[in-house]
Amino acid sequence: MRHPIERRLLAGHLGLVYLFLYGPILVLIVLSFNKSGLPTAWTGFSLEWYGRMLRNQAILSSVGNTLIVASVSTLIATSIGTLLALGIDRLRPSALLEGIVFVPMIIPDIVLAIALLSFFTLLNVTLGLHSIILSHAVFNIAFVCAVVRTRLRHFDKSIIEASIDLGASEFRTFRRITLPVIFPGVLAGALLAFTLSVDEFIIAYFTSGAGSASTTFPMQIYAMIRFGVTPEINAVATFVLGFSFLLILLSQRLNRGVTP
Amino acid sequence: MTKTGELVQRLVLLGPGLGWLALFLVVPCGVIFAYSFFLRGIYGGIDYVFTLENYARAFDPLYLSIFLNSAKIAALTTALALLVGYPAAYLIATGPRHRQVPLLILVMLPFWSNYLIRTYAWIVLLNREGLINRALVDIGLIETPLPLLYNEFAIVTGLLYGYLPFMVLALYSSISRLNPEIREASADLGAPGWRTFLRVTLPLTLPGIAAGSVFVFVLSIGNFITPDLLGGGRTVMVGNLIYDQFLSARDWPFGASLAFLLIGLMMLLLFAQAWAVNRAQGERARA
Amino acid sequence: MTAGAKTLVEIAGATKRFGPVTAVDVLSLDIRENEFFALLGPSGCGKTTLLRMIAGFEQPDVGRILLDGRDITAVRPNRRPINMMFQSYALFPHLSVYDNIAYGLEMEGVRGAALKQRVDEALAMVRLEEFGRRRPHLLSGGQRQRVALARALIKRPRLLLLDEPLAALDKKLRGQMQLELKRLQHDTGITFLVVTHDQEEALAMADRIALLEAGKIAQLGSPRALYERPASRFVADFIGVMNFFEGRLAALAGGRAEIEVDGLGRLWAETEDLDGAAVGGPVTLAVRPERVRLSVAPAGAAGQNALSGTVVGVAYLGQDLIVHIGLPGQPAPLVARLGSGSHIADDLVEGAAVRCDWPPNDSRILLV
Repeated sequence: MRHPIERRLLAGHLGLVYLFLYGPILVLIVLSFNKSGLPTAWTGFSLEWYGRMLRNQAILSSVGNTLIVASVSTLIATSIGTLLALGIDRLRPSALLEGIVFVPMIIPDIVLAIALLSFFTLLNVTLGLHSIILSHAVFNIAFVCAVVRTRLRHFDKSIIEASIDLGASEFRTFRRITLPVIFPGVLAGALLAFTLSVDEFIIAYFTSGAGSASTTFPMQIYAMIRFGVTPEINAVATFVLGFSFLLILLSQRLNRGVTP
Repeated sequence: MTKTGELVQRLVLLGPGLGWLALFLVVPCGVIFAYSFFLRGIYGGIDYVFTLENYARAFDPLYLSIFLNSAKIAALTTALALLVGYPAAYLIATGPRHRQVPLLILVMLPFWSNYLIRTYAWIVLLNREGLINRALVDIGLIETPLPLLYNEFAIVTGLLYGYLPFMVLALYSSISRLNPEIREASADLGAPGWRTFLRVTLPLTLPGIAAGSVFVFVLSIGNFITPDLLGGGRTVMVGNLIYDQFLSARDWPFGASLAFLLIGLMMLLLFAQAWAVNRAQGERARA
Repeated sequence: MTAGAKTLVEIAGATKRFGPVTAVDVLSLDIRENEFFALLGPSGCGKTTLLRMIAGFEQPDVGRILLDGRDITAVRPNRRPINMMFQSYALFPHLSVYDNIAYGLEMEGVRGAALKQRVDEALAMVRLEEFGRRRPHLLSGGQRQRVALARALIKRPRLLLLDEPLAALDKKLRGQMQLELKRLQHDTGITFLVVTHDQEEALAMADRIALLEAGKIAQLGSPRALYERPASRFVADFIGVMNFFEGRLAALAGGRAEIEVDGLGRLWAETEDLDGAAVGGPVTLAVRPERVRLSVAPAGAAGQNALSGTVVGVAYLGQDLIVHIGLPGQPAPLVARLGSGSHIADDLVEGAAVRCDWPPNDSRILLV
């Protein structure tokens, strides 16, 4: 390195950035094992809050709801989003199309939430898990589409022509060549969609309707933070952080083989 | 392939996705756009009478100040993210290749975990009884705990925490695309490190700066969770204002008009950014 | 090339436009059975479009393509008995070498032992018996190319199209593969149609070459014909290195032309027929560098095509020496090529006065 001092300063800065990013997370993790449950003092190691979390019926049922919402919306979004990516890939670039698939990723959650609430109310749709699923699929389709398109951009399109040249039909080419080649991207997109859906709060909050039957996990967390913080939340937080980190690392691994 | 075959294929590929987005994105946005021009019903419903009053009300000093305050908070967050993020992105992007991706994943990892929980972590830290106050009291820097939580400082901190990874990612992709030989050429021609940075690296990474800044600003100004949890329940940003119109004040038309003003502002910024990037790329292509 | 060989592919007046660009311009061409044919030309000359039309990936706007006398213009690419080796090789990244090669036969419904036998044969043909289980990204460039070849040849197509087959290889390997392709073409008896921008490659491999310029055929013929009897300045310039002298046709009699060149006087060339040449009209005289003879002699020496000049640059290429000679009134120096073992090699230093000449039958008259 030509400027060791400058780079050392930068490295120090980067260290502080990592401290800023991971410090709060580590604090939560440590607190989740604190016997007293309070951030004020360390009173010994305990798994008590994890035990309470696992016995809390409201938390458990909200986790169940979230798993339903996330899996179904992921399933919808993955299939539709992949098709959409394949379709857009064949078209000439169009600003309108780009805009439509870009907006769901950038539109403020609160705006999408009120729009969907208004729409469902107007049509007299009963709200519940199904309306959350329909709503989550909106942004998930866009994210899956974006991930799959990245994958499509990275692969040599001539292999599709090669397959046709060797006598395969369009459909067989799709099944035997295109789909297997983009599959890691599809899987990564699905994982991303699942993570986003598991974490999404505002849209679910607006489109879930009244009653606790369709309370999702983030809604439960929000309630716990907003209306009386109980120490269980640290355990919940640690659990959620571990879970999403695992999913993201997995999806990163899948997407690494983009250019072999 | 035949023309009809191609048409059928396009329909199968694009139909479901575009249909879904049309039905659950475009139409709902159309609905609230229409609502924003109607009167509020007596019991919170919609009176289908055309009016521009909702937009006029949004410019009432009371609400305008909330808009401006949101913009101020978002701008502050963006500036801080840029200041903190650029050196970090620069170091990662100019470091050894094999270390770049792991370092970047490490930055991005928190970004993909639950936003509520990441925001909650700051309640624990910034509380009157929180770790930061206790630490400051313990080392004798202060005697009474500072009011760190439930104010704009807390909101900016929370937003910065939430979106810094995004800024680093945008800057990284811009800096790493720079041909290192350009920097080396500048150094070779006798420019000291800081001049190379100011005259070469910084101008060439302006598109990344613009992209990162616009995204962080846009995500911040429309945020609801952070001002709600760290702002102490007072209505301080547009997101909360919209939320209140829909869930407590039950004035949907006014909430809808606020939402569209927010979207309009965002679009303006995104177009400006796209325009700036296009121009910069055009210049680079000509160079 | 035997006289009366059967026509395999006939391209009849094919035209293809992309927006304002005419890639292929009313082009007609016959490719004969069992020949090694090269489509040569600079990038953008339409050679790849023509190849893709034969493969079926592009449709001509006007004109037809016939195979064995049958119109295949509307036949889809997966139904044509034509296979292609792609420039990028287009190997399927998720399939092993074996499965890549087997793919085309599987599409024909070949299964089981018959499939295995033919894939093994194909692997042997390209000497990749040991690599069947590998994934393409673990192979070298040359090995990948051989997989692509085997994958296309296993279908025993009537015609094999090769799109810039050697472009991705390094120089040394390219020479080997040229011979390898010739051998495969000979052994399989399949007609090869190569697209290339590299004139050396085309000269080395092809039985016949069509040199394309702006969507039209500039010249069609054997490598020797293109090199020794270029039909136009474009051809002469594209194939090999050529010296040009612009002048006026001063006299034309008995197969011999005299050209008046400003500043140099008269030059002579032997010609076959010069249709459309008018005495007094502008012509170009062309001579290959290796035909130019050099001697270190006193200036002003007389003789046909004898010119006096000054050495302006010498490049040593190992076996050969390239000498640039400045001539009075000529914008570009004359290029001469001679063996580096030549007895005058040591005298050819910058600034040395030299005499160059060449026999009239080594120069060509070009009208266009």
